Amino acid sequence: MFDLLLHNLRAQGIKVGISEWITFLKGLDKGLVTHLDELYGFARTVLCTSEAQFDGYDLAFTATFEGVEIPPNLSDALLDWLRKEVEAEGDLERPDIPIEKLWEEFYKRLSEQEEEHNGGDRWIGTGGKSPFGHSGRASHGIRVGGGSRNRSAISVASDRQWANYRTDTALQSRDFQVALKQLRKLTPEGEWELNIDKTIKKSCDNGGEIDFSFERRRTNRVRLVLIMDSGGSMEPHARLVEQLFKAAEELKGFRSFEAWHFHNVPYGYLYKDYYSNDRSSIVELLSQWTPQHRLVWVGDASMAPYELFSPTWRDSRCGLDWLKMIQRVCPYSIWLNPDPVRFWDHPTVSAISMIYPMFPLSVDGVRAGVRKLLHAHSATVGR
Amino acid sequence: MQEKFTGSKSYIADSELLADVNAAIVLEKPLLVRGEPGTGKTMLAHAIAETMGRELITWHVKSSTQAKEGLYTYDVVQRLNDSRFGGGDVADIRSYIKMGPLGRAFTSDTQVVLLIDEIDKADIEFPNDLLRELDEMAFFIPELDETVKADKRPIVIITSNAEKELPDAFLRRCLFHYISFPKPDRMRDIIDAHLPKLDISLVEAAIARFYGLRDVNGLRKKPSSSELLDWLMVLARSGAKAEDIANRMPYLGTLIKRERDLETLKRRGIRV
Repeated sequence: MFDLLLHNLRAQGIKVGISEWITFLKGLDKGLVTHLDELYGFARTVLCTSEAQFDGYDLAFTATFEGVEIPPNLSDALLDWLRKEVEAEGDLERPDIPIEKLWEEFYKRLSEQEEEHNGGDRWIGTGGKSPFGHSGRASHGIRVGGGSRNRSAISVASDRQWANYRTDTALQSRDFQVALKQLRKLTPEGEWELNIDKTIKKSCDNGGEIDFSFERRRTNRVRLVLIMDSGGSMEPHARLVEQLFKAAEELKGFRSFEAWHFHNVPYGYLYKDYYSNDRSSIVELLSQWTPQHRLVWVGDASMAPYELFSPTWRDSRCGLDWLKMIQRVCPYSIWLNPDPVRFWDHPTVSAISMIYPMFPLSVDGVRAGVRKLLHAHSATVGR
Repeated sequence: MQEKFTGSKSYIADSELLADVNAAIVLEKPLLVRGEPGTGKTMLAHAIAETMGRELITWHVKSSTQAKEGLYTYDVVQRLNDSRFGGGDVADIRSYIKMGPLGRAFTSDTQVVLLIDEIDKADIEFPNDLLRELDEMAFFIPELDETVKADKRPIVIITSNAEKELPDAFLRRCLFHYISFPKPDRMRDIIDAHLPKLDISLVEAAIARFYGLRDVNGLRKKPSSSELLDWLMVLARSGAKAEDIANRMPYLGTLIKRERDLETLKRRGIRV
């Protein structure tokens, strides 16, 4: 019965581990849940590890329990008896019965119950030794739910009030920061300093002979460069990009941080501020940038093909050439695309994603991108 | 002494939070509480300790905090000093071992409430260093060749502002509760609990302006409930009436602390 909840949770990408699941069953066993409302709250507190998962949890919960009519008003005595029965069976093992079978049986019991109308005594009674009863805590949980309350838990769950907290869509400056923060890879660097505790300990171990212990501070060597497409088709995403920019700007601890703008595709120059024409030539920038610089491009990468593939009247290089040139200097770079992935099937988008690994501009996307940059990091260190 | 947490007069908890706290107590698991600043995460531990009649042991985590500091510290420098210049019983290592917050919580004769405040401030690895200690509520002191084990497992409340992601292994061991920002209804209860004698029309007007302010786009830091309480207190002291804040927002500085946010609001025509 609860297997279905577990299954639905995993289908929503909530990776419930065996230890949480056991905690959950233990909680049911200890009588923490007496109706479905409580089940909703209890399962969430045990099985979710972040508010970003709450929406997925709501969906899984609804999918599991929606439409399940549960007889109301189970008496305490019955509950106690039921609990004892479950304890008497005394193990967490589940018989090897397909979930559909269990459901079928469950519905059958429920319809019987509707005929009887007396607190569910009978169906639970007869269920005692049935396979359904054997699934122990699981069936226990569903049985103890009150009918009307069940519906209210479902309505809470189906309200989807947590939809805005999802990290695969919801975007908050803070979430970006958390994602970007993982870029901070600390490496021992800088002045050597005397570690007094260690020195004394080593000296004592050394029979009183002074043995100095020095350490270096750990600092971050990553240089972050944010390059943003601004204007045109990026207009609808302006707020999103602004949030990413804010997050990166406020995030201290990188060795350096720069932000640049371009329009559609860079030709020769990057702009400090697109509106004020304060610009630097790419060739000059490339003389300063090193492979230690991590480039994060932000743009929808979709434009008229000639903009990317054709040289302009003043430059023999096309946009794609410039992108390749930059990639050669800073090979560890990613591209964040605010457009939904289903729009990526576009000639200019695929051409650019051949040069820069492309990720959606969402918290999860940034996270995946940062992971990519980090792997690049260990690769440079390894060499 | 109560065995269940029921909320207190000054701490207004919703039923979900109560249920989660009690689940954590029954299951003997740490409860990780997350939420916007100013939603009363830290106050929760205080309220639990107060209403359940338990001692509260607090461990404020800072960026430089090491996991070991929470268990115990061994004052080698003092011991070396004593051995050179006399004083103290150098032979007795025990007198140079000082229990940290975790150590004190584990060695207490009675059950205590242990608050690990702002765990995300420390290094990313920090929570991982505490896994075993929190699982088993025990740790080993090599200097004494002794294991400290909790007879009465403390009620552990851990707060986080979500500044850093916490490691999965750590999250798996905790129950999780997210305190969402209070809705106006609950805000009324909170205000009533802290400032009971305020003029109702003033409170209503202030709540309306406060939530309006939180909805303004582009604020770097949204005002929180404790700031609303400050604002109300100042307003009440100055004898302001509901109509005084209808068109202006006097003492805006109690709500908005950032220069840039003040400018944003001025540009939107909010008068101080």
